[in-house]
Amino acid sequence: MLWACILLPQLALDSVLRRLPDAEKPLALVSGPVHLRHLHAVNANAAKAGLKPGMRLSAAHALMADVATVVHDAQAEARWHRFLAAWAYRHSSLVSAQWPGCVILEAHASFKLLGPWPRFEARLRDELTTLGFSHRIALAPTPRAARVLAGLRDGLALASATALHDLLAKVPVRRAALPDGDGERLQRMGVRDLRALRALPRDSLRRRFGIGLLEHLDRLYGEADDPLEYYTPPDHFDSRIELGFEVEHHPPLLFPLHRLINDLCMYLSIRDGGVQRFVLRLEHESRDSGCAHTDVEVGLLSAEREPAMLFELTRNRLERVAIPKPVVAIRLLARELPPFVPASRDLFDTRAQQALPWTQLRERLRARLGDEAVYRVVPAGDPRPERAWRRDEGRPVLAPVLPPRPRWLLKRPIPLRGHGLRIVSGPERLESGWWDGEDARRDYYVMETSQGQRAWAFARVGEREGWMLHGWFA
Amino acid sequence: MGAAVAMETLLAAQTLWHAGRSAKIGAGGEPTGHAALDALLPQGGWPRRALTELLLPADGVGELELVFPALARMTQAGQPVVVIAPPYIPYAPAWQAAGVDLSQLQIVEASPRDALWAFEQCLRSGACAAVLGWPSQADAQSLRRLQVAADSGDCLGFAFRDRKHVANASPAALRLEHVVDPLVAGNGHVRKCRGGQLPSRTFALATH
Repeated sequence: MLWACILLPQLALDSVLRRLPDAEKPLALVSGPVHLRHLHAVNANAAKAGLKPGMRLSAAHALMADVATVVHDAQAEARWHRFLAAWAYRHSSLVSAQWPGCVILEAHASFKLLGPWPRFEARLRDELTTLGFSHRIALAPTPRAARVLAGLRDGLALASATALHDLLAKVPVRRAALPDGDGERLQRMGVRDLRALRALPRDSLRRRFGIGLLEHLDRLYGEADDPLEYYTPPDHFDSRIELGFEVEHHPPLLFPLHRLINDLCMYLSIRDGGVQRFVLRLEHESRDSGCAHTDVEVGLLSAEREPAMLFELTRNRLERVAIPKPVVAIRLLARELPPFVPASRDLFDTRAQQALPWTQLRERLRARLGDEAVYRVVPAGDPRPERAWRRDEGRPVLAPVLPPRPRWLLKRPIPLRGHGLRIVSGPERLESGWWDGEDARRDYYVMETSQGQRAWAFARVGEREGWMLHGWFA
Repeated sequence: MGAAVAMETLLAAQTLWHAGRSAKIGAGGEPTGHAALDALLPQGGWPRRALTELLLPADGVGELELVFPALARMTQAGQPVVVIAPPYIPYAPAWQAAGVDLSQLQIVEASPRDALWAFEQCLRSGACAAVLGWPSQADAQSLRRLQVAADSGDCLGFAFRDRKHVANASPAALRLEHVVDPLVAGNGHVRKCRGGQLPSRTFALATH
């Protein structure tokens, strides 16, 4: 195995600079409490004026009055670190971001796909430059050695263990990324480089420095296994776009929405997954630090990942939501990403080529008419007509053989009035429901009205008046 | 002499018809399942890719009986049939007894305004074999849209409407009217059929 280390010397600064229009202007990242700010990082032009990390903000202003300052955000830095790990995951299946400020990836397995190391390295550098991150890259047989080499010189690449041992022997202990400032202590004790360190007896080293130093050395030289925490792509999608201005109407939200949906679908196609349920969160300006947002839930009956369709559905749902307060950011959250099973099409399907599949049509209808609007009906076992059908829940039923039933059923029976009512057949007595409080005892008749309609009406048991209409034989 | 040649060309181009000669333009219709009705319709069945208007005096006069054979055949062949905003509950036991495969029957609930939209969407999508709707408020323009949608979606559209609309022109390819007249045996009238002459005969609609 060959490990490449991409060292990101100014990750925090780069993540701020890449969103500024002019990266050349003097800029300093500040951190610390409001009244006691100090510089966290500075860019090249600010450093030219003498600004240094660790300096007080007041001192920096004295040296350079017009330096732009941005508050350092550790969370944003961690997010960009993860982002770069995700980017590296495109080049290798073993990626680790466990050490701060660098990304480790296994390179050897990717040579067949991406070419030998010089070409692979050039590709990494190209992409990082495009992304706007300064970097140093080194290649070594162990991940820790790659990290040490990247700290020594940009572009070092050692493929064999012997060359690595020769080089490591000359590495000063302060540059060997030893744990907890051990390097500094060893330097003061007169141990200059790794050769001298390795020559020391192990048991006394362990007594003075603990097991951590020896483990680090063994792993550095590839003499012990080095288990890394490998990066795994997150199993949910969460993306947010800040609008930069307040939006009170739907149309300006559509463009960022389109970008979010496209990102989501790209993500889904990488994972070979689909999305069934996601939330579009409209974030409002919160005056009282409360989480003010409006959620638009989008639920589908099956997993999908077709961008145009998802966009249309989300737009339909979004347009039905009133925006109570100005929106400053929108966020798309998809927690469940089930596997995507593409609908199979018959080669000899007679339907038109551009025809929309029924599932997509159903989603479109549900998006506008409501989740419950599209359903199927199945017969149910109850003899009472109002309970002899129900919405389909996917359970098979055994329908008893019944006398003729009307094809239209009224939601609730209404009185049937009018002259010229003629009884065609009947009665059929239904007596049921004593067990659930809705006792029904009725005599059903098929009747014909003067207009030629066939009605299904009932009267109380034994009577032939007070007709209640319950259905039509259409 | 030249006039005779011109006449032949006109006939060949079907821009001129012989009166009284029944012009059978391809019997490509979807059989209705009622022999008497099939015989009257120029395509020998429900016109494909078109809207059919059924004009009724009231609900429950046997209007579903007309379309049921076709629906049963389609659903049993695995083609979805959509019912948009029906005026009553489709009573599952009776529909099943009539041979409709309920797993292919989709019911869509919608307010009157949305129903028209849903009707058009379903017709246009090409996902449905037949769509049933009750566009009571639809004007000629809406019906025109439905007709175009049925054409582009290769779908059978059935619009059930009140009889009072019979006087208004309609873009539907076929219009059938139900007349209540106990003295006449057949109470179904063809009021318009595209691509053929209006048959003067009636047919028996109600087969209770």
